[in-house]
Amino acid sequence: MNFAGINERDADRVHEMMRSEAEAGGYRFNPDREFTGNLIKGLLRNEQRYGYRSCPCRLATGKKEEDLDIVCPCDYRDADVAEYGACYCALYVSDAIARGTEKQAAPVPERRPPRSKRLAGAVVNTVSTGPLSGQTLSFPVWRCKVCGYLCARENPPDICPICKAKKDRFERFI
Amino acid sequence: MTVEHVNGKNKGSIMLYALSTCGWCAKTKELLRQMGVAFDFVYVDLMEGQDQDDIMQIVEKWNPSGSFPILVINNSKCIIGFREQEIRETLGP
Repeated sequence: MNFAGINERDADRVHEMMRSEAEAGGYRFNPDREFTGNLIKGLLRNEQRYGYRSCPCRLATGKKEEDLDIVCPCDYRDADVAEYGACYCALYVSDAIARGTEKQAAPVPERRPPRSKRLAGAVVNTVSTGPLSGQTLSFPVWRCKVCGYLCARENPPDICPICKAKKDRFERFI
Repeated sequence: MTVEHVNGKNKGSIMLYALSTCGWCAKTKELLRQMGVAFDFVYVDLMEGQDQDDIMQIVEKWNPSGSFPILVINNSKCIIGFREQEIRETLGP
């Protein structure tokens, strides 16, 4: 794939940076470098036209608040890598696939709720908790929607120390 | 709507709805080329406004999750995602 205004050197630099950040956080890149190289160019293309690096394999709206969940790495990556061995694009893969001891079996089904449900404010995941109500805490707890990192402090950090997602990907958890 | 045509063996009406940045869409298109079948394709992300809304109505009719790529064959069968074996079996020689 070739996109206007994206040169190979920039794409290579971003590719290397994203790969090393991923590995530092315990994530693995797909070993097929040509395939991931094209996805990185897709991310840069999206940054160019929308202003943020939304998923190259999903249709973005161009409105960041509606697309926050699919800014790469997306909110669905970890669950898809755990269940299918790869994220939706197969940019990130499981350790077994990265090592080549396993092959990716099939395309990853779309975990993101469909447009109609998203607009209606669908909740992606809920679990029941123990008796939490009525307790008080010294700090609120914030959750990174990308990797699940939790921290108890006045405000979420500017950048997630685990997966490097930005502040706007945190939700108030407790 | 910017539909492009790729020449090849006539296996009926084959329409590929894809994104220009998507790796699986590229693989699907490449597979069809390799198989030498004639098909039409459209990059939905390169369309704007009403045109894109109209085509998303069609995409979501076939695939309510709205994911890409989708391959619609003879306006009656739809293959969602890069399912190489299924595509080969459906459009094979």
